[in-house]
Amino acid sequence: MKVGIPREILATESRVAATPKTVQRLKKQGFDVYIESKAGDQSSYSDKEYQEAGATILSSASALYEAADIILKVQPLTKGEINLVKSGTLVASYLWPAQNGELMNLMADKKINAIAMDAIPRITRAQKMDVLSSMANIAGYRAVIEGANHFGRFLNGQITAAGKVDPAKVLIIGAGVAGLAAIGTANCLGAIVRAFDTRKEVREQIQSMGAQFLTVELDEDGATATGYSKEMSPAFIEAEMALFRAQAKEVDIIITTAQIPGKPAPKLILKDMVEMMKSGSVIVDLAAPTGGNCELTQPGEVYKYKGVTIVGKVDQLPAQASGLYGNNLCHLLDDMGKAANFKIDMNDDIISRAMVVHDGKINWPPKPLSVAAKPAAPKTPEKPAEPNPEEISKTNSRNSALALGALGAFLYLIGQVAPPDFLSHFTVFVLSCFIGWQVVWNVSHSLHTPLMSVTNAISGIIIVGGILHIQDNFTAPITILAVIAVLVATINIAGGFYITHRMLKMFRK
Amino acid sequence: MSNGLQTVSYIAASVLFILSLGGLSSQESAKRGNIYGIIGMFLAIMATAFGGSTHGHGILIASMAVGSLIGIIVAMKVEMTAMPQLVAILHSFVGLAAVLVGFGSYLDAHTQTLQGAAKSIHLVEVYLGIFIGAVTFTGSIIAWGKLQGKIMSRPLMYPGRHAVLIAIVVASMAMLIRFLDMGTDAGLQILIIMTVLSSIMGILLVMAIGGADMPVVVSMLNSYSGWAAAAAGFMLSNDLLIVTGALVGSSGAILSYIMCKAMNRSFFSVIFGGFGAAEGAAAKPSDQAIVGEVKPISPEETVDLLKESKHVVIVPGYGMATAKAQYSIFELVNRLKAKGCDVKFAIHPVAGRLPGHMNVLLAEANVPYDIVLEMDEINPDLPETDVVMVVGANDIVNPSALEDPSSPIYGMPVIEAWKAKHVIVSKRSMAAGYAGIENPLFYKENTRMLYGDAKKTVDLLVASLDK
Repeated sequence: MKVGIPREILATESRVAATPKTVQRLKKQGFDVYIESKAGDQSSYSDKEYQEAGATILSSASALYEAADIILKVQPLTKGEINLVKSGTLVASYLWPAQNGELMNLMADKKINAIAMDAIPRITRAQKMDVLSSMANIAGYRAVIEGANHFGRFLNGQITAAGKVDPAKVLIIGAGVAGLAAIGTANCLGAIVRAFDTRKEVREQIQSMGAQFLTVELDEDGATATGYSKEMSPAFIEAEMALFRAQAKEVDIIITTAQIPGKPAPKLILKDMVEMMKSGSVIVDLAAPTGGNCELTQPGEVYKYKGVTIVGKVDQLPAQASGLYGNNLCHLLDDMGKAANFKIDMNDDIISRAMVVHDGKINWPPKPLSVAAKPAAPKTPEKPAEPNPEEISKTNSRNSALALGALGAFLYLIGQVAPPDFLSHFTVFVLSCFIGWQVVWNVSHSLHTPLMSVTNAISGIIIVGGILHIQDNFTAPITILAVIAVLVATINIAGGFYITHRMLKMFRK
Repeated sequence: MSNGLQTVSYIAASVLFILSLGGLSSQESAKRGNIYGIIGMFLAIMATAFGGSTHGHGILIASMAVGSLIGIIVAMKVEMTAMPQLVAILHSFVGLAAVLVGFGSYLDAHTQTLQGAAKSIHLVEVYLGIFIGAVTFTGSIIAWGKLQGKIMSRPLMYPGRHAVLIAIVVASMAMLIRFLDMGTDAGLQILIIMTVLSSIMGILLVMAIGGADMPVVVSMLNSYSGWAAAAAGFMLSNDLLIVTGALVGSSGAILSYIMCKAMNRSFFSVIFGGFGAAEGAAAKPSDQAIVGEVKPISPEETVDLLKESKHVVIVPGYGMATAKAQYSIFELVNRLKAKGCDVKFAIHPVAGRLPGHMNVLLAEANVPYDIVLEMDEINPDLPETDVVMVVGANDIVNPSALEDPSSPIYGMPVIEAWKAKHVIVSKRSMAAGYAGIENPLFYKENTRMLYGDAKKTVDLLVASLDK
C-alpha cells in the first residue's frame, strides 16, 4: 500500500499531513510513503528529513497522485486536485461535508473514497484520531499566547522592588477543548482565569483546570447528545449578555471559542461590550473562521478598535499542529488494519461516519451517536434475599384488593344509614383529603419544616368551632370552654404563621 | 353577614389554604404561600365572627387579642434550634381546642333536639373528635417534653404495652355504644372518662417512641391535629373545618410517610404508634464484630487536610443543632470556598428532629440553598469527594444500615460518607446515637474522630484557617 502526502496548495495553510516522525510510524505500519517535494517547508520539515525517515520524495503533485493508494492531506481536495486523483483512492483530510457538497459529488463521480477527519465521531475510542480536539488544543494554547503578545502587561501578579503588578484577568468563553487548553495555559502564565459555558456539565472540568466557573442564574443546560452545545433561549442569552457586560468592564483578555457546528458562530461580544473594555485589552476570537464570536472581529485580521486589540487570526503553530495531525492520521490507518489487513469496514462506528464518500455514494449526514457524559445513575442499596417481583406484585394486588373491598363495604354502610346532610359533608371531606394528598407531594424536601408549621397554623381553624359556641351568657360552661378553645387556637394561629414567616425569610439562594 | 356571604368566604378561605400548601413546592413561592394562609385564616375568622349566629363579640375579641399576643411573642423569641419543640406544643393546642369544641358541641342545646340517625351520627362525631383531640393534646405535650429534654428520650418499654393500647381503644369503643343511648348528664360522664383514657393513650403512644423517630412523631401529630379539626367540622356541620382539617391531616400523613420511607419503617406501625428505634436493638447485639480502631485527629491536622481538599461535603446532624454550630459551619464553608474548594451540604431526610430541620437551620445561617443537597443527590458524588465532615450526625451515616442485616436500622438509606477519601467525624464523645447502636463508620480506615463540642471545634478550624 502506498501512502502519498501532497504539498498543501492553499496559501494560508502552513501545516502538512505528515512529519518525519509520523513517516516513520507509517513505515512501521507497513506502508510505502511518498511525499511531494517541499511539502514540509512551511512547517519547517525539510525534504532531507523526510528522506532520512524513509519517505520517497516525488517532485510533482501529479506524480504523487498517480502513485498513491491512500492520500493524506490537511485541506480538502480542490477541484484541480480531484482531477489528478486516481479512481478508487482513499483520501483522508478535512472536508467539512456540510458545506462542501459539490466537492463530495465530484469525488463520488470519480469513485474516490473520502474520509472527513472533521467528521470522526467524538466517542472515546476515536479520541486518538480526533483532529478537532488536537487542533483545538493547539488553538487554545496559541490564543493565550496571542493574547499575551498583544497585551502590554504581565499576566501574572508580582511584587517587585519596583512596585506591585496586578495579575491580568482572562475570560474564556466556551469550555470545549480549545477553551480548556486556553484555561490551562492562561493559568500557567499566572493570570486570574474565569470561564463561561452554557453546559453545566463542564463546571468540574473548568474548575479542574484552575478557572472560576461563571454561569447565569437560569436553569437551562446547553448540553446536547452530540457533545456540542445547542442554541439557547432568548431569556438565557439575555442573562448571558448581562454577565458578559459585567465581565467586559473587568477583564483584560477575552478569548472566545464558541462555535455551533454547521452554523455561523454566535455573536457573544457586542460592540458596546468592546467599548466598555479597558484600553489595552485584547480579544482573541478563535471562532473567526466561522464569522467570529465578537461583532467586530475581522477574520484573518488583527486590528485595534478604540484601544482594544481584536485578534481574528491565530497562528497555526504548524510544526506542532502537523505533528499532532499526522499522529491522528497514523492512528486512523492503524485502526483500519495497517498495510497488511487494510480494509474499509463500513460496519465500524467510526469509519462508517467519517467515510462521507464511499463507492461513488455520498454517506452524509451520518447516523447520530450520543457522546455526552450521562449522569451516574443514583445507586440503590442492595438488599439480599429480596422477594421476587412476582411475589411482591401478588401481595400488593392482594393487599389493594382487600383495601378496596374494605373501603367499598365501608361506603356501602355509610350510604345505608347516613342522612343526606352528613353525606354532603362526607363528600367534601374525602375530596379535601385527595386535594391535600396531591398538593403536598409537590412540596420540596427542604421545606418540610415550614410545611409543618404552616399546616399547624392552618389547623388552628378549629377556632371557628370555638367562635360558634360562644354565648352571650359568659358564665355558661359552654362559653367558658369556647373561650379557652379560641384562646389556645389563636396562640396556635398567630405563632404558627409568624414562625413560618420567620423561617421562610431565611431561605435564600 | 348573610349566610350566602359566609359560605362564599369559606370557599375563598379553603382555596387560599390549598394555594398556601401548594406555594411551598418551591422556596421562591413559599413566602407567598404563607401569606395566602394568613389571608385565608383572616377571612375565615371574620366570616365566622360576623356570621348571623355568633354572640359575645367582646369576649371573643379579648381572647383572640391575648392569644395572638402570646403566639407572636413565643414565635419571635424561639430559637430556630428549638423549632421542633414549638411545633409540637402548638399541635397540643389544636388538640386541646378540639377537645373543648367537642365538649361545647355536646353541651350545645341544639344537640338535644336531634333525633334518630342524625343524633347518633352527631354523637359519634363528637366522641371521635374528642378522642383524636385528646390523643393529640397529650401526645404533643410528651413529644414537646422529649424534644425539650424534659422527658427521657429513650422509648418507654414495658411488657404488654400493645395490649394496653388495644384495651384503651376497645374500652372507648364499648363506651361509645353505651354513650349513644344516654341522657345528657350520664353521657357527659362517659365523655369525661373517655377523655381521660384517650389522654393516657396519647401519653403512652409517644412515650414508647425513641428520640430518633421524633420527626415522624411530630408529623404524625400534625396529621392527628388535622383529623381532629375535621371531626370538629363534622359535628358543627362546617365545611370549612372539614376541608382544612382534611388538608392538614393528609399533609401530615404524607410527611410521616416520607419520613418512614427515609427510615425504612412501615407507615402503619408509625401511624398507630407503638414502634421504636430501639425495639430489640438494645437486647440484640450486632452479629458483625466491628474491626479496626478509632483514630482521633487534632483540629490542626483537620485544617491541613481541608486545605488540600478540592471537594468537601458536610453532613450535619442533630449535634449541629444542639451546639448551634450552623453559623460557625457556614463561616468554615466561606473560608474553604475562598480557597477554591467546592463545599456542599448533604442532608438526610430524617436528620434532626423535624422533617427538613437541617434545611431550616442552614437557611438561618444564610447558607444558600443551592449548595444544600439531598441524600440521593449527593451519594453518587461521594466517591470523588476528598473529605466528608460529619457534624453531630450518627445513625444517618451508619454503614450497618447497608452492610449488616442484623442491625436494627438495616435497610434504611444512609449517606454513604465512608466512600469518600477521608471522613472526619466531629462528635462530643464515643456515645451511640439515638438508635443506640454502634457505628462502624468510626472504625473505618479512612475515618478520623474530631472530639469536642461541634461549635467550639468548628470555630477552632475557622481560626486556624485564617492563620
